[in-house]
Amino acid sequence: MSIYDSRGRIFNIQRFSIHDGPGIRTIVFLKGCFLRCAWCCNPESQEYDIQTMTEGGKIKTVGRDVTVSELMDEILADMPYYRRSGGGVTLSGGEMLAQHKFARDLLRACKEAGLHTAVESTAYAPFDKIEELLPYIDLYLMDIKHMDSKKHKEYTGVPNHLILENARKIAESGAKLVIRTPVIPGFNDKREDIKAISDFAKTLPGVSEHHLLPYHRLGQDKYAGLGRVYAMQGIEPPSHEKMEYLLSVAQESGLRCQIGG
Amino acid sequence: MENIKFVIEKSARIDRLVDDLYAKMPEIESSRAKLVTESYKSTEELPIIKRRSAAFAHILENLPIVIRDGELIVGSPTVAPRGCQTFPEYSYEWLLDELDTVETREADPFYISESAKADLRSIAPYWKGRTTSDLARALMAPEAYAAFVEHGMFTPGNYFYNGIGHVNVDYAKVLAKGYRGIIAEAQKALDAVEVYDPDYTQRVNFLEAVIESCEAVIGYAHRYAALAKEKARNEKNTERRAELERIARNCSRVPEFGATDFWEACQSFWFVQFLLQVESSGHSISPGRFDQYMYPYYKKDIDAGKLTLEAAQELIDCIWVKLNDINKVRDAASADGFAGYGMFQNLIVGGQDIHGIDATNDLSYMCLEAAMHVPLPQPSISIRVWNGTPDSLMIKAAALTRLGTGLPAYYNDEVMIPSIMARGLTLEDARDYCIIGCVEPQKGGKTDGWHDAAFFNMCRPMELVFSNGYDKGKKIGPDTGDVCEMKTFEEFFEAYKTQQSYMIKLLVNANNAIDAAHATRCPLPFESCMVDDCIGRGKSLQEGGAIYNFTGPQGFGIANNTDGLIAVRKLVFEDKKITMRELKDAINHNFGYGISGKMAATVTAEVARSVAEGGVSLNEKIIEEIYREVTTAASLDPNKKARYREIKRMIDEECPKYGNDIFSVDMFAREVANTYTKEVEKYKNYRGGIFQAGLYPVSANVPLGAQTGATPDGRLAYTPIADGIGPASGRDVKGPTATANSVAKLEQGIASNGTLLNQKFHPSALAGMEGLMKFSSLIRSYFDQKGMHMQFNVVTRETLLDAQKNPEKYKTLVVRVAGYSALFTTLSRSLQDDIINRTEQGW
Repeated sequence: MSIYDSRGRIFNIQRFSIHDGPGIRTIVFLKGCFLRCAWCCNPESQEYDIQTMTEGGKIKTVGRDVTVSELMDEILADMPYYRRSGGGVTLSGGEMLAQHKFARDLLRACKEAGLHTAVESTAYAPFDKIEELLPYIDLYLMDIKHMDSKKHKEYTGVPNHLILENARKIAESGAKLVIRTPVIPGFNDKREDIKAISDFAKTLPGVSEHHLLPYHRLGQDKYAGLGRVYAMQGIEPPSHEKMEYLLSVAQESGLRCQIGG
Repeated sequence: MENIKFVIEKSARIDRLVDDLYAKMPEIESSRAKLVTESYKSTEELPIIKRRSAAFAHILENLPIVIRDGELIVGSPTVAPRGCQTFPEYSYEWLLDELDTVETREADPFYISESAKADLRSIAPYWKGRTTSDLARALMAPEAYAAFVEHGMFTPGNYFYNGIGHVNVDYAKVLAKGYRGIIAEAQKALDAVEVYDPDYTQRVNFLEAVIESCEAVIGYAHRYAALAKEKARNEKNTERRAELERIARNCSRVPEFGATDFWEACQSFWFVQFLLQVESSGHSISPGRFDQYMYPYYKKDIDAGKLTLEAAQELIDCIWVKLNDINKVRDAASADGFAGYGMFQNLIVGGQDIHGIDATNDLSYMCLEAAMHVPLPQPSISIRVWNGTPDSLMIKAAALTRLGTGLPAYYNDEVMIPSIMARGLTLEDARDYCIIGCVEPQKGGKTDGWHDAAFFNMCRPMELVFSNGYDKGKKIGPDTGDVCEMKTFEEFFEAYKTQQSYMIKLLVNANNAIDAAHATRCPLPFESCMVDDCIGRGKSLQEGGAIYNFTGPQGFGIANNTDGLIAVRKLVFEDKKITMRELKDAINHNFGYGISGKMAATVTAEVARSVAEGGVSLNEKIIEEIYREVTTAASLDPNKKARYREIKRMIDEECPKYGNDIFSVDMFAREVANTYTKEVEKYKNYRGGIFQAGLYPVSANVPLGAQTGATPDGRLAYTPIADGIGPASGRDVKGPTATANSVAKLEQGIASNGTLLNQKFHPSALAGMEGLMKFSSLIRSYFDQKGMHMQFNVVTRETLLDAQKNPEKYKTLVVRVAGYSALFTTLSRSLQDDIINRTEQGW
């Protein structure tokens, strides 16, 4: 079977994305995730199964199965923009590792087309699966949400050992790795939380950047649409001052840090 | 860190000038109208060209003059800031009718004093039967006149009621040798005329009229010199006194002679710019490549150490303020179409020189900086983009876009140059193009482009297909058969083309009649002396004196017709889910929906009138009932209503739409656009040139949409037609790259009178240096695909909603409307709504 016939499940394609990697990009959102982060802004991404969701009073199907070939048609439509801006494709989710064969084939097809590739990933999977993908990834955008495994499990559903271990292995493989932290009020918005992550990131070979992504509520209504309860009800996004403060904390590590991706 | 070139501190003077300019509502003054009437009454025995120059001279000798506080560049057509004069020689009756309402109307209100009203009423009788408008009407074929006035199939109203304008004159010539030099040029031509020449009379009178006009301008500038000198004598502040003395020296030297430094060049430019707008009421008098023709004067002063960057910027900023000091009153209907006191003075920077080398210079950046210092609607600033355009200029332009004034508009040299070459321009002339008015390319100083010749609403011929050529009970289009009997989609599409082609023929007739009327009654010797080869040919621009002559009527409605035709093909002919009769009924019943908003009242009034004509005596209850019926379609059979709504749902949800990067749909849109562009280019105009199509509606897609019933694309009756060549409002759901890819599929080069693509962005898309770079990549990528033009609104939806609620807080909020920028709060409510509803490009 050709890689172009490889079939996977996505729930969205977002063209003209300018905040997730260099240049103008197309983001492909893969369905299914190993984590259950309380603040997740794409709750419809978590289940692998195709779901229905109410949006603006209308019922909408979330998730569709596509081949790499079909996806490439849509991805390549924006070739002029990638070329001018140094952009490309970003795989997001969900967690692309939940469909790692499909992700591998899609990334390989992108590389064959000469595109820059990035992934947004938790790296929560056996390393051999990640290793299989690394030759086709130009930029690995990886979340580290908390250094305390107990707290990590409490808010995401899984402990952090595998994630931290994989971070080191990915870094050691020579891949370009950027560490990102969603700043969630009440979870990891204290000085010591951010400091611990930055300090850890600093120890990863070749890692030079740490990005802080402020919590936002744009996914809130989707929970109701899925018949779920939003666990973060009433939590306000961190203030501009707070983010600036945490940025300065992260910068103590000596890494290049920024707010937003 | 953002490294943007030419960030220069704004002089405190500029904000004071702007505040003074916007302190009051603009005012209509009557002095010009009185003077032109006086002159005309005393010159009835002269040939028309001499009457024009005599009138121009009489006006310039007597028009009140004013130097406003703090000005460095002087000269205003009116005493009142942002005031306007009137031009009864073109038309006047509409203004008489509106004298008492013009102050309180929704779009573009003007104050007018009782004495000015009395003046305008007193001169009116003289003009009866003598205007260009009167003559144009008489010259038009009756069916063309009916299609225009009674049926609104197209609207050449702008030139029917007003001067032509839409020109970029040879500013460089005036800057270099002054009007004294032009007088010498005309004199030389005059000396060469032989008494036996067949066109002796035309030549001699034209050249003498040129000389009289130029002398009048010189005399007028000298009046300013005298006024400045007098003001200087009475000025206590020594700094201001020195400025006034300098102004006096400037005005005694320019525009009579060539400019010797940058300040003089700026003053000379300004006299040319605003006096063109005293000679005629034509708008879109476009400064064009200001950064090119002003550069030698700037460079010389900078190199000599006589001028600082800050002082040069202040002078440019002063010109920006002055460009907003010019105004024009239009009839209420046109004011809706050109809303926002638009003057469309287009000024363009960057691009290639005549050798194909990038022409970007300091002034290119400083013009963009001026647009940041003076965030007002004028000038419409544009930028030419090609592969050689420095990224730093793109970044500067993107930073200006980010401010949200809708400026600049971006143009693609790589499409424009071949496009206008295909219309007969030489390569060198094509490389030197500028933009006129909204989006129209022209080689300055050689062209009479008649760029804004008419709006052609492409949805109207579609209506005629369903009515077999009937409108308002009259047969106005060809017989294309009963739509319900059509057997194939091809037959349906062919009927549309037949209806449209016929209307285009009538449009050509109407345009040529108006053209002839201007040549006969309002030739313009002053304007003509700055466009080649009027002096050489010895005739005015209006009589065909220009080297390049065009007529450019612009079509719009591509997206609606594409989506509608595709819906017909799919639902009626392919899937057979609905019959043509059902579709026709659904359209006639507005898809089972009532009519809302302002149109509900209009339709109610119409229905009430016809009821009354039928002999029923109206009372409040009957009118209320009609209104309820109009707004809710209550009496419609519930089953039918449900079916009509289901038809609309099928069109909305089951049919593919233009603007989503679907190859087959976009290529069909190309075919639809070509039904207009390829038809228009078949025809010749009155001045010996050709017709060339544009594809843009200015803002007429809203008022003309309000005259258009429901359309087969599911668009409800009287709602706006799609804007420009973009997708219909809200139907593009795949983001700006998909939209741009779709639009790039149209054959844009053939629309050599210009195309228009509006995109709307949230300011966060342009955040930081990275945002600016990505934004500029977006433009370059669209242009790589042969897009011709692109412009942007960058403002949040919340801001616009708040501005509707609290207009007083947003007096200077500028938005891009369609080919130009306007003050948001001066737009009509429906146009405001349209701008708010345009798809906000998110991510």
